[in-house]
Amino acid sequence: MSLATETTARPAEKFRVTRSRRNVAWTGAVALIVVVVLAFFPYIVYSGTTAVLVQAFIVLTLASMWNLLAGYAGLVSVGQQAFVGLGAYFVLILAINGISPFTALPVAVIGSGVAALPLWWLVSRLRSGYFAIATWVLAATVMLIIEKFSSIGGGTGMPLPGFSGMDPTLITAYTYWAGLAVAVLALATIYLLLRGRLGLVLTAVRDDEVAARSSGARVGLARMLVFVVAGAGCGAAGAVLAISQLQVQPSAVFSVQWTAVMAFATIIGGLGTIEGPIVGTVVYMVLQQTLASYNAWYLIILGLVAIFVALFARRGLWGLVDERINVRLFPVGYWLRMGEERPRRLPARPRRG
Amino acid sequence: MAWVNAIIQGVLIGGLYALFACGLSLMFGVMKVVNLAHGDLAVLAGYFAIGIIAVTHVPVLWSFVIVVPLMAVLGYVMQRTILQGALDRSVLTTLMVTFGLSVVIENGLLQFETANTRGIGVGLPLLTESFSVGSIQIAYLLVVIFATAVIVLLGLQYFLSRSKYGRLIRAVADDKEAAQLAGADYRHVFGIAAAIAFGTVALGGIAYGMYSQLSPTTGTDTILLFAFAAVVIGGLGSLWGTLLGGVVLGVAQQIGAQINLSDEILAGYIVFLAVLVLRPQGLISRGAQS
Repeated sequence: MSLATETTARPAEKFRVTRSRRNVAWTGAVALIVVVVLAFFPYIVYSGTTAVLVQAFIVLTLASMWNLLAGYAGLVSVGQQAFVGLGAYFVLILAINGISPFTALPVAVIGSGVAALPLWWLVSRLRSGYFAIATWVLAATVMLIIEKFSSIGGGTGMPLPGFSGMDPTLITAYTYWAGLAVAVLALATIYLLLRGRLGLVLTAVRDDEVAARSSGARVGLARMLVFVVAGAGCGAAGAVLAISQLQVQPSAVFSVQWTAVMAFATIIGGLGTIEGPIVGTVVYMVLQQTLASYNAWYLIILGLVAIFVALFARRGLWGLVDERINVRLFPVGYWLRMGEERPRRLPARPRRG
Repeated sequence: MAWVNAIIQGVLIGGLYALFACGLSLMFGVMKVVNLAHGDLAVLAGYFAIGIIAVTHVPVLWSFVIVVPLMAVLGYVMQRTILQGALDRSVLTTLMVTFGLSVVIENGLLQFETANTRGIGVGLPLLTESFSVGSIQIAYLLVVIFATAVIVLLGLQYFLSRSKYGRLIRAVADDKEAAQLAGADYRHVFGIAAAIAFGTVALGGIAYGMYSQLSPTTGTDTILLFAFAAVVIGGLGSLWGTLLGGVVLGVAQQIGAQINLSDEILAGYIVFLAVLVLRPQGLISRGAQS
């Protein structure tokens, strides 16, 4: 029976449309507790552990942003390293001018978002594959331009100033909190955006772009907003990266490996759900930590797993979980509840490119 | 005279870029696949050639005879397996799968062949020498590569317009369902197109190893991006456009290098961005937007 006949065949009071199910209250509470516990980590764990977690926050932020781009807006960008680099360089430039790197972080986020506008203008006409390589060329171009300025380290980069005189323990703790704040804010921003008008427009475009356009959805504007938010988010991750590494090196911050990391974490975790990148980040960090002594192997394995998942388990690890227990930690879709029956999800069709 | 020299060198290098670009363009034109692993496959072919020469001690040019068919077979097999599998799902999946392949090939080469750069010794004295026109030195190798690119493009054009498989490829590119109804197995035809594209990639990869040095990262930071820039500058879906695009890119780079040695690559990208903004359909337009 089709959904339409099912809904029209019943009296109106028999069903209702809802975003959340019973468990959203406790998942919200758990999320809050997790964040609070994580916030106390610098007091209870060694700095080695917080350093790994900062890396995880960076990966989580990047993966969530890439998921917003590819999973929700259909924009497969292979040039997000441009924003990782820009975020890092904004922090470096401000730190050279005497501003504390931690104060520079929010400026770097805004700066990366603003920088996304002209870059969007350059690539917005391109679709799918051409968009992907064009963003890649853009990232390479941004790096080549930044390498021309010897005052910020030229082609070799330079150490990040602004930490002299600060207690190293305090730096470690502040870096950790900065990373945590960036990751939490990134997830919250994406969640709120997708619950709002933007989420509706993107869902409409995913199902039928022509129909969405003809019903007045401002598709171009929605895509631009996504690109700018993703630029700001990746810039934030880049800023945290610069602070945690204490140095900025163009070939490292502008490396396409950042896009590999964010894409693989997202694909493995589950494209098109907010939970996916979280699961993917955990998988990434576990693989990276266990295979760290085998050089490039973790990227080879991640790449192979991502290819396999993209082909055979398209909704990723989270999709496998979701199929069995049917939960949403971040409900952005809608549910149709029919009388006494079990709630059923509106058909969530996979994206078509 | 230095400027004339830069332009001549740029035109000749453009032939090499066209070799890379035509495979990318062909795969996009026929299967709507943008192969993000294109450059890494070229580097892989170059490393195959290095390995074959080192193990069997065959003359350098023989490596073409071995590696090009080998890559063509690999292309057919990959198209029939993972690329077709990705295509059956969505365009986004093809991007993710080919990007995954790119990272796997690049890091695999890093792991097994180290990050050192490798060149392919040309061996033939004719190809290592150069002749001079006035005060301009022109390497025979670059002329041979340029001529190879022109021959490959002529061959491709003849193949696509005259041969049975060429007609099939064009039919499938236009409307694969209709071609299927008329009895053409589009999956097989896609495989043949991929085999041709991979063959040109192998040619380009070995030629690049002779002209310059290969390293695991050459595939993405040089070959893929240059090939793509050449395709966009020349015009999407146009075979001869890839030669024009390659030449424009090569000349832009050489002129950039003439102004400031470190600006070679940047100058090429700036021309690419200018074309993207001012003439997004490319210099040779078919009127069709992707």
